[in-house]
Amino acid sequence: MIKVDRIHKSFGNVQALRGVSFAAPDGKITGLLGPNGAGKSTIMRVLYTVLRPDKGYASVDGIDVVADSLAARRRIGALPHGAGLYPHLTARENIAYFARLCGVEKGVLDDQVDNIIKLLEIGDFADRRTKGFSQGQRTKVSLARALVHDPQNVILDEPTNGLDVMATRSLRDLILKLKDAGRCVLFSSHVMQEVAALCDDICIIADGVVAIDDSIDGIRERTGCDDLEDAFVAAIHLVAAE
Amino acid sequence: MTRTLVTVFLKEIVDNLRDRRSLASALIMGPIFGPILFAFVISLSIERSLDDVEETMELPVVGQEYAPNLVRYLESRNIEITDGPADPDAAAAAVRTGLHDVVLVIPEDFGAQLAATRPARVKLYSDGANTQGGREARRAARALSAYNRELAAIRLSARGINPLVLRPINIDDIDVSTPSGRSAMLLGMMSYFFIFALLMGGMYLAIDSTAGERERGSLEPLLSLPVTRTQLMLGKIAATGVFMAFSLMLSLLSFYVVLKFMPLEKLGMTPNFDLAVVVAAFFLLAPFILLGASLMTLVASFTKSYKEAQTWISVVLIAPTLPILIVSILTLRPQLGFMFVPSLSQHLILVDMVKNEPLNGLHIAISVFSTLVFGALLTWACARLYRREGLLG
Repeated sequence: MIKVDRIHKSFGNVQALRGVSFAAPDGKITGLLGPNGAGKSTIMRVLYTVLRPDKGYASVDGIDVVADSLAARRRIGALPHGAGLYPHLTARENIAYFARLCGVEKGVLDDQVDNIIKLLEIGDFADRRTKGFSQGQRTKVSLARALVHDPQNVILDEPTNGLDVMATRSLRDLILKLKDAGRCVLFSSHVMQEVAALCDDICIIADGVVAIDDSIDGIRERTGCDDLEDAFVAAIHLVAAE
Repeated sequence: MTRTLVTVFLKEIVDNLRDRRSLASALIMGPIFGPILFAFVISLSIERSLDDVEETMELPVVGQEYAPNLVRYLESRNIEITDGPADPDAAAAAVRTGLHDVVLVIPEDFGAQLAATRPARVKLYSDGANTQGGREARRAARALSAYNRELAAIRLSARGINPLVLRPINIDDIDVSTPSGRSAMLLGMMSYFFIFALLMGGMYLAIDSTAGERERGSLEPLLSLPVTRTQLMLGKIAATGVFMAFSLMLSLLSFYVVLKFMPLEKLGMTPNFDLAVVVAAFFLLAPFILLGASLMTLVASFTKSYKEAQTWISVVLIAPTLPILIVSILTLRPQLGFMFVPSLSQHLILVDMVKNEPLNGLHIAISVFSTLVFGALLTWACARLYRREGLLG
């Protein structure tokens, strides 16, 4: 369960977030949709606590991400945008390193790493050094790394970037599995169709504010557009008009 | 707390052991290039100083036929006389262009002047800007003035005067430096090699664990884990320190081996560099590891990219030479105040060790303590810096 309440964040003179609020409940996939530079990554970085908000409140499972960032991080598995691996370590070592840092106990560590490798179907290259991995392989390993400690909340920043059709598909299946397991999944993208195919709720962000936050049908209804892409454009124009 | 630290530490060690660049700078740059360069410099200076005494020197002389006795005298001083340029102008030109280092010109009236007991003039051409030539010119001048004194003595004797009247003072040069002391002058630069090797050993680790992580995009996922940034940083500094210690030990040992093969006794040097000194020097320099590791980590976390970090850390590699250089130029003796300056204190104590002089316990204690305090301060500054948002760049 993720809650964001009127978060503000500036970098110098640039106001990246101007009072963003939304909620992502457990057992649902929430999509953060918005054009490039809308503030999607910034809000996610606030949630996995590498950025501190200037104003506002955000919580993960009721834990304040500013006051108790360490406890909040324990509840999160994050895949930052363009996350990189350690090229001299094998995929398995990369995953195990993160599992250890997340406090996974020694006795269960190997099992948990094996399970996530099976789940993400990366067994074929799990024991190769990650140098020279394809984008799809890298994303899968990064994802395995983020999920190895079995977090309740999963934050994925543009995970499908640079993935081919097959890889996107298997990623989509995985996200649905997480949803069925009752996880809270927050997922960002600038690709309309992807969000439409996956998400239960969509939060459209433009220019640092939430333009619209509703279910897919709700968004169609409120913008009066049947086509989701038109609805997206209409929502963004709404912000620009203000 | 400790589990995180150990996890980060072990991962950095494994990661960097597999990285050729980290490994090369720890195993090759400091430990191998340092001693090789050192051996090269020493053998060069041995050759040069041996030149002076033993080797036959070549001296082109213009107008040999006007002073056969002088020529014979010079030859008796192990100076080989060769035919010089045609005339004095050509002699000056030959020296200026570097064709000859020194040329002696004897004028036609040399014999006549001597016979008339008037000062006979000879000209010695040399180029003061040419160090090799300068030494040869000094040697030729020494030989000429010796001949001059000999002639004067003969003339005085012929007139019934004791030649000693021309020698109211006799100067005896007494060099009190011990053979170990003389070695210390040459081995003074050695302490910098060790500090350099020590820093090189951890350089790529320090860059890789900050600027490198950021550039690779692995820093952000790492910081989103439920561990504190201070723990991450301490684990990285610890791994950097181990590489540095390893590099230091290797370079001390390789020096030990190289010195065994150097003909230092030819220079009258007997540096005290046995295995006991190797071990003592390791513990003397070890406190510098924390300082160096935290300093390099600090610099690397300021920079935006791997390349920028490399540039700035090269500056850090030179910085420890500055105090050593200043003290060497001003030829200051070790004193208490210097022991508070890291790198300088290690240098001064190491020189005393190599000279086989009694060591001052207080100096060593201050050196170790102050270097550790500086290291702790820098580590603390690193921790502060790691907590910044800007760390992600």
